[in-house]
Amino acid sequence: MADQTLTRLDLAESVFREVGLSRNESADLVEGVLQHISDALVRGESVKISSFGTFNLRDKTARVGRNPKTGEEVPITPRRVLSFRPSHVMKDKVSSGNKR
Amino acid sequence: MIRSELVDKIAAENPHLYQRDVELIVATIFDEIIDAMANGDRVELRGFGSFSVKKREARIGRNPRTGESVQVEEKYVPFFKTGKLLRDRLNGG
Repeated sequence: MADQTLTRLDLAESVFREVGLSRNESADLVEGVLQHISDALVRGESVKISSFGTFNLRDKTARVGRNPKTGEEVPITPRRVLSFRPSHVMKDKVSSGNKR
Repeated sequence: MIRSELVDKIAAENPHLYQRDVELIVATIFDEIIDAMANGDRVELRGFGSFSVKKREARIGRNPRTGESVQVEEKYVPFFKTGKLLRDRLNGG
């Protein structure tokens, strides 16, 4: 079963099986969860989901970059980037699950 | 925002659901993502981001306190890449 890609549809299917709501409503709830996390991040809040992980925002300052193909210097504007720090639960499960 | 606040927001939008059902829904989503990665699978959530597993090769590490060499086994670690839509929204797009 390895090397597959799960999507929103698979998450909705799990909610459908687990909770017994309609498929449509399950899909809306999955979307709602992702939307609330995104909105909090866009407001500048970090999002901490216990036993899953933490989404943190980092502000990057402006710097001079280079087009690696042409060598041309290009200014890189200040940006906000998202970093995800997995919880120990996630790290342990991913580590032991992929061990052969 | 923490997990319980996320549950509260979803519950407020879905007054027909019991709080414990909302907790189960939220737990199911996060557990499913972890289970997929534990299985070596990717989870791709368009516009939000994707979760995948990266292999870290075995290497010779060093105990920073004693300077002693130690063999570090290969391992698999979770990785998240922010989706384009969310990345743009974070930067006022």
